[in-house]
Amino acid sequence: MSLLDIKDLRVEFPTRRGVFVAVEDITLSVAPGEIVGVVGESGAGKSTIGNAVIGLLEPPGHVARGELTLEGQRINALDRSGVREMRGRRIGMIFQDPLTSLNPLQPVGAQLIETITTHLSLDARAARSKALDLLTRVGIPEPEVRMEQYPHQFSGGMRQRVVIALALCADPEVVIADEPTTALDVSIQAQILDLMRELCRERSVGMILITHDMGVIADVTDRVVVMYRGRVVEMGATADILGEPEHAYTKSLISAVPRPDIRLHRFPLVEYIESAGDARGNLDIETHWLGQNRDFAEHDGPLLQLDDLCMRFITRRGFTAATRKFLDAVKDVSFAVEPGEVFGLVGESGSGKSTVARMVAGLHRPTSGRIHFAGAELTALKAERELNRYRRQMQMIFQDPYSSLNPRMRVLDIVAEPIRFHKLAAGRQATREVVLDLLEHVGLGKAAAVKYPHEFSGGQRQRISIARALATRPRFLICDEPTSALDVSIQAQILNLLKDLQEELGLTMLFISHDLPVIRQMCDRVGVMRHGQLCEVAETETLFESPSHEYSRHLLELMPKLSGLSRQGLDAE
Amino acid sequence: MSVPSSDSETQTWWQRIADSDVFYSFTHSPLALAAAAVTVVFVLAALCAPLIAPFDPFDPSQISLWDGKKPPAWEADGDPAYLLGTDNQGRDMLSTILYGGRISLAVGFASVALGMVLGVGLGVISGYLGGWFDAVIMRLADVQLTIPGILTAILINGILRSVLPPELRDELAIYVVILAIGLSDWPQFARVARGATLVEAQREYVQAARVIGLGPVTIMLRHILPNVMRPVLVLATIGLALAVIAEATLSFLGQGVPPTTPSLGTLIRVGNEYLFSGLWWITLFPALALVILVLAVNLLGDWLRDALNPKLR
Repeated sequence: MSLLDIKDLRVEFPTRRGVFVAVEDITLSVAPGEIVGVVGESGAGKSTIGNAVIGLLEPPGHVARGELTLEGQRINALDRSGVREMRGRRIGMIFQDPLTSLNPLQPVGAQLIETITTHLSLDARAARSKALDLLTRVGIPEPEVRMEQYPHQFSGGMRQRVVIALALCADPEVVIADEPTTALDVSIQAQILDLMRELCRERSVGMILITHDMGVIADVTDRVVVMYRGRVVEMGATADILGEPEHAYTKSLISAVPRPDIRLHRFPLVEYIESAGDARGNLDIETHWLGQNRDFAEHDGPLLQLDDLCMRFITRRGFTAATRKFLDAVKDVSFAVEPGEVFGLVGESGSGKSTVARMVAGLHRPTSGRIHFAGAELTALKAERELNRYRRQMQMIFQDPYSSLNPRMRVLDIVAEPIRFHKLAAGRQATREVVLDLLEHVGLGKAAAVKYPHEFSGGQRQRISIARALATRPRFLICDEPTSALDVSIQAQILNLLKDLQEELGLTMLFISHDLPVIRQMCDRVGVMRHGQLCEVAETETLFESPSHEYSRHLLELMPKLSGLSRQGLDAE
Repeated sequence: MSVPSSDSETQTWWQRIADSDVFYSFTHSPLALAAAAVTVVFVLAALCAPLIAPFDPFDPSQISLWDGKKPPAWEADGDPAYLLGTDNQGRDMLSTILYGGRISLAVGFASVALGMVLGVGLGVISGYLGGWFDAVIMRLADVQLTIPGILTAILINGILRSVLPPELRDELAIYVVILAIGLSDWPQFARVARGATLVEAQREYVQAARVIGLGPVTIMLRHILPNVMRPVLVLATIGLALAVIAEATLSFLGQGVPPTTPSLGTLIRVGNEYLFSGLWWITLFPALALVILVLAVNLLGDWLRDALNPKLR
C-alpha cells in the first residue's frame, strides 16, 4: 500500500500577466521505506511539488486541482491548524541550506526538544533522551556535548545531520528532502545520502528526494520521476530510467552529465533542452572580423608562464608585526600553458585556484613571483597603457552569470564595450555588425542585442559573457568555474560551445573548476591545487588513470562514479 | 519562476516603463497615486503661480494697508476678493502661499540636487577607491552627522551671510539657503552611495570591465553609478520633504529668505506674531500647505522605498 499519493496535481501562481502553471498532471506515490527521486532542471517545478505536499506554497500560489492523500486521508484541504499538525508530525522536511534552517540563537538540543514536545506528548526528560538518541542515530559524535552547542559550532555536514534529526523528531511517515546535499562538499554528500537511505529503510519512512543531480538520483533512489516544464515526462525504477531512458528529454538529460571515466568530443543530444532557441550562426572565420587582424607578436615557448607566484591577503591590519595576520591564498605556484592548450586547475573551494586566475587577469597584483605572457613580463609592467596591449589578448569568463553583466546596459552595449575601448572596429555601424555576428556565433541570435540581461536565463547570460570575452579577439581565455552556477544540461551546451570556439579560433585556455568530470571533458593538462599550493601537474588522461600525488588520488576517489547511467550516443574521444 | 514578459524589441522606453513592476505597483497603490497627485498639484501651482494667483504679492501697487488683516472670505467680515484673507500688509494669502510654495519647492529641489551630486559623487569615489580617501571622507561625514542637520545649516548660513556684503544679502539669501541645506545633506547621500558601491564593486561585471582594461573613472560613471541610483532616488525623495522643512525652519527662525519674497516658512513666522491677536489665518493656511506638501512627498518616498525593495515584494 502506498503511503503518500499525489493525484493529478496542478499548482497555479496567479500573476499580473496571467496564471502561471508551475506543475500540472502530477501523479506519483511513495511507499513506506521507499525513496522517490524527483529530477529536472531548475524551474521544472520540482520544489513546487514538495511545497504543495507540506503546505508551504508561497502565496499567491495554490493547489488548483488534484488530490494529496496521506494514508488515505486528504491533506490538501486542511485548515490552518490541520496543516500545522500534519507538518513536522507526519511529514518532515529537509531543506537545502542547513545554516538557514536552524535557529542560530538556540542550542541544537533545545531546538530538537522543542520540536519533540510540540508534536509528541512526552515530558522533558523523555524528550531529551529521544533527542540524544536521534543525534546518535544521525552519526553525531559526543551527542551529550553537542546538544548544548549552537549551529555555528557545527560544520556543514554535521549541521545537515542535525537538520535530518530535526525532520525525524516526531517520527514522521514521510520526509521531503529538497536538494539536501547541494550545499555540501562531494565527500560529505556521500555520507549524508547513505545516512538518509539507511534511516528510511530502518524506520519505514517514505521519502521524496528533490534534486537536479543525476549522481544523487543514481546513488539512493528506488524510483525516479523526471520532470520537464512542470510535467512528468518519465517515471519508473531508477535503474531502468537511468540505464534505458525512453523519453528524449531524459536521454538528453542523462547524456549531458559529464562522465568521470571517459572523455567525450562533444556532449550529444543536448538540442532538446536548447531553450536558447537559435542555432549557432556560421561565420567564416577565415574572412570574418573575428578571425582577422590577429596581430599578435610571434613568440616561441609557452604562452603563459607563472614562476613562484604568491598571493598573501592581509586578514588583520596592525601596527606591529605580531598583531598582523595574513592568509597565504597562493603559495609558490609555477606552471606553463602552451599555445593552443586547455590547461585545467582543479581543487576544493578555498584552494586558491580562482586567485591564480585573477592574478593572471590583472585583477590582483601578486605579492611576489612573475607572470610571463607571450614573452612579456606582466608583473614588471607598471603603466595601465602598457598592460592594455596584453589585456586585449587575454579575456575572462566569470562564474556567476547573474552578476557578470551590468543590469543597466543593453546586450549590444555590453558586448560592444571592449570593441569601442580598444578601437577594434571602424565606426558605429561596423561595431554594431560585429556585435550582432558575435551574438549569433555564440547561439543567441541577433535579436538579443536590444534586450537587457534580466530577460535571459543563466545559460543565455553565460553566452553573452562569452561573446563579450571574444569581442577583443583574444588568444587566451580564462574560464573561472564557467558552468558551476548552471544546470547540468545547460552546462553541457556551454561546454560544447567553449570547445567549438577553442577549436575554431585556436584559443589557449585556463579552465578552472572544482568538478573533476568537467575537467576531464575540457582539459589537455591539469594542475591540482590544495591550500594555495600546486600538488601535481599532469596530462588529463594520466591524472585520471594513474594519479601520482596522494591528494589527487583522494579527490578522484570521492568523485561520483555514475556507472549506472546510460551511455547511449556518447562518443569517446 | 518568471512569467515571460512581452517582447521588448518593439517597446519604446515609455512602454518599457509602463510595463515595469514599479509602475504596476504604483498604479495599484491608492496612497501612492494620491500622494503623487497632491505633489503634482503643488508643483504645478508653484510653477504657474504668476498665471493663477489673483494678485501679485511682490507688486506694491496691488497692495494696500487698508486691505490688511482681512479674514477668509467665508468669515463675517471677509472680502470675497481675498479667498483666504490677507496678511498684516494687505497681501492676499492665497497668492502669497502660491508664490511662497514656489520658493519653498525651488529651495527644496535645488538643495537636494546639490546634496545628491556632492554626496553621491564622494560616496561612489570613496566606495570604489577605498584607502585613505575613503577614510577621510567618511570620518568627515561621521563628524557632520553628529551635529543635527539644521544646526549645520544654520552654521553655514550664518557664516555665508556674514561674508556677503550687506547690500547683496537679501538678493542672494535664497542661494545661501540652498547652499546651507545642500551642504548639511550630503553625508546621508554619501553613506548610501558608498554602501551600494561597495556591493556593486564586488560584482563580476565590474571585474569584467577591469579585465577589458577600462579605467576607474569610466567604471564608476558607466557601470557603478547607474546601479547605485535606486537607493539614492528613495533618499532624494524623502530628502526633498526634509529640505522643504529645513527651509521653513530656517525662514521661521529668521535665517532664511527675507519677508519681501516670502516662502512658506517666512509666512508662518510672520503669522505667528499675530496668532494671539486672533489673526489665525495668516499662520494656519501656509502651515497647512506645508504639512500637506511634506506629507505627500514623504508618502511618495515611503512607497518608492518599498516598491524598489525586492525583499518586500
